[in-house]
Amino acid sequence: MNVIWIAVIILGVVGLVSAVVLYAASKKFAVVEDERIGKVAEVLPQANCGGCGYPGCSGFAAACVKAANAGSLEGMLCPVGGQPVMEKVAGILGLSVGASAPKVAVVRCNGTCANRPRVVEYVGVKSCRVQLLAGTGETACAFGCLGGGDCVAACQFGALSINPETGLPEVDEDLCTACGACVKTCPRKVIELRPKGPKNRRMVVKCVNRDKGAVANKVCKASCIGCGKCVKACPFEAITLNNNLAYIDPEKCRLCRKCEEACPKGAIHAINFPPRKPKESAQPVAAGETPAAEKQGA
Amino acid sequence: MKTFKIGGVHPSESKLSAKSPIRRAGLPKQAVISLYQHIGAPAKPVVAKGDEVKVGMLIAEADGFVSVPIHSSVSGKVNKIDAVVDASGYRRPAIFVDVEGDEWESSIDQSEDLVTLADHPELTPETIIGKVKAAGIVGMGGATFPCHVKLSPPKGTKAECVIINAVECEPYLTADHRLMLEKPDEILVGTELVMKAVGVEKGYIGIENNKPDAISLLAERVKQHPHIEIVPLQVKYPQGGEKQLIAAVTGREVPAPPALPIHVGAVVQNVGTTFAIYEAVMKNKPLFERVITVTGKDLRQPSNLLARIGTPMSQLIEECGGLPGDTGKVIGGGPMMGKALMHLDVPVCKGSSGLLLLGEREARRKAPQPCIRCAKCVSACPMGLEPYLLATASSLRKWDVAEENGITSCIECGSCQFTCPSARPILDNVRMGKATVMALIRARNAK
Repeated sequence: MNVIWIAVIILGVVGLVSAVVLYAASKKFAVVEDERIGKVAEVLPQANCGGCGYPGCSGFAAACVKAANAGSLEGMLCPVGGQPVMEKVAGILGLSVGASAPKVAVVRCNGTCANRPRVVEYVGVKSCRVQLLAGTGETACAFGCLGGGDCVAACQFGALSINPETGLPEVDEDLCTACGACVKTCPRKVIELRPKGPKNRRMVVKCVNRDKGAVANKVCKASCIGCGKCVKACPFEAITLNNNLAYIDPEKCRLCRKCEEACPKGAIHAINFPPRKPKESAQPVAAGETPAAEKQGA
Repeated sequence: MKTFKIGGVHPSESKLSAKSPIRRAGLPKQAVISLYQHIGAPAKPVVAKGDEVKVGMLIAEADGFVSVPIHSSVSGKVNKIDAVVDASGYRRPAIFVDVEGDEWESSIDQSEDLVTLADHPELTPETIIGKVKAAGIVGMGGATFPCHVKLSPPKGTKAECVIINAVECEPYLTADHRLMLEKPDEILVGTELVMKAVGVEKGYIGIENNKPDAISLLAERVKQHPHIEIVPLQVKYPQGGEKQLIAAVTGREVPAPPALPIHVGAVVQNVGTTFAIYEAVMKNKPLFERVITVTGKDLRQPSNLLARIGTPMSQLIEECGGLPGDTGKVIGGGPMMGKALMHLDVPVCKGSSGLLLLGEREARRKAPQPCIRCAKCVSACPMGLEPYLLATASSLRKWDVAEENGITSCIECGSCQFTCPSARPILDNVRMGKATVMALIRARNAK
């Protein structure tokens, strides 16, 4: 009997001491997590894409709560969930969010195989970054898309694919969440996040060549040569010309398409617009062009 | 026979032009002199369109300490300053000079007479380094690091010996070999100048023993230079790498970056650079021409040409019998570390050691197969790295893994890719990873 009692007492004392230590430790080292973090994380898409700039959705949730404690959710945006998700987040945190325009990735290069002749052949790893180590790429353009597909590999949503005909990446606008992974990956900075625009319509200069006009013109049929015609044509001062390259400010652009008509190189693209009705004034110009082209051919 | 201990490979030597004496290449019609011929800040042009220039005249000045001036290699008129795709594969600014006649600056001593150190007892280390700097000399083995920087060891370090790199371990290239055969005394005087500049008493000239004629010739001439020793080395690539050469000659290992060769007391100069130092100090001649090997199995006349900087490569090919019909790739430099050229009019620059024409079949890369874990790349790596791991980490963008495993120590010699039985693009990925990791480290240090 004695042995049993000794064992019971020893174990009992050990248990008691441990309980006291554990209790003290749990009080002393308690981590108080704001319960709102978990609630916010629940409404987030759980894609953990990192597009917001934070490590995963829980990181973003923590940042949102911290920002809410500071008083405002300004600058916080989940690019995947967009406005609806941010409104839910704001609801949990008892704040309101300003309207933010949904964005989409835009490939600013139209150097297709037909537009941009290949001057050398690259044989090696299919990666833009590796290809860049060998020189300016297969075409003579020192700025445009290399077609190596680093952006396709970076996209976690399957929104990008290389079109084998053009050799350029294409964005599936339904799948693109504007997380920005492709923008960060592209070594040439060809991809840009732009507001989707009303009815998904937007105007884009599809070129990033900053060379002088004569050089840019030589290397690609669809390059911006920095002539400035679009700048003059734009009634809203939305277009700026820097380093021989035109840029359309999406905030100021009113989608009038005057710049598209003015561009002599066809570098400005109107995206998702319905096909144009043949204008009366457009007809004579087109008719006048045809004989001229024939003359040149002859 | 001495050599370095870790790794290394032995590619077929193919020194086709070893018996062909150095001959002068013709003057180009237009010289295209790049402003980016060295590592560091690009030179700043000091001439403008329409200016008359003479051979050896300063046309661009150094912009900072790690930078060198550039001199005209021809006489004539500056046509324009414009961008050109050079040997790096990028568009970079260059000075275009239309050649008229061949009028040299009068300060340059054009005679062939040997001037020794005994003729100039007044030379101090400062004057030597000053002249080297003013002559725009860079490492001519291909790395193009400004020479005067190497000759001015940082504070807290002390040079103990000078090692002249006469290894020329790249297959095909023979420019350094021919220079040793034709200018042995000048090279020895140049070595003494380097020794005097860094203040050491001991000089070594490391030569691989596939050049027995150069070894015996230099061994005979070196008798007049008691402080210089000729060190024959076993043939192994990449023995011409600075760290490998130091290990082979002195047995010392240079620690991982940011440590430099000077931390183990060694100053290494290429033999072509040594000759340029001799010419700069003793003959007042800036660096505006160099020996370049033009070679290839199908080329009619593989040669070693003394070409002016800015001569288009196409002209050199013409002088060696024209471009063979089935050329698949033209490489600037040697086959192991050289870079394919984007077009044939790439101008010769200070770092152009060779021009290699490969046939269509030779140039084709084999299709890569899966890694079979044979670890041949690990045995071949002269830096003791694990290339398969670095390549995988780089292609998966695990920059932290690549950095932990020493990707910045890679010397990009290509031994791993050369030895890989699965023809995997190891070096391509490691190079990309190294460039990215270096950029990350720079960004981190800048913070």
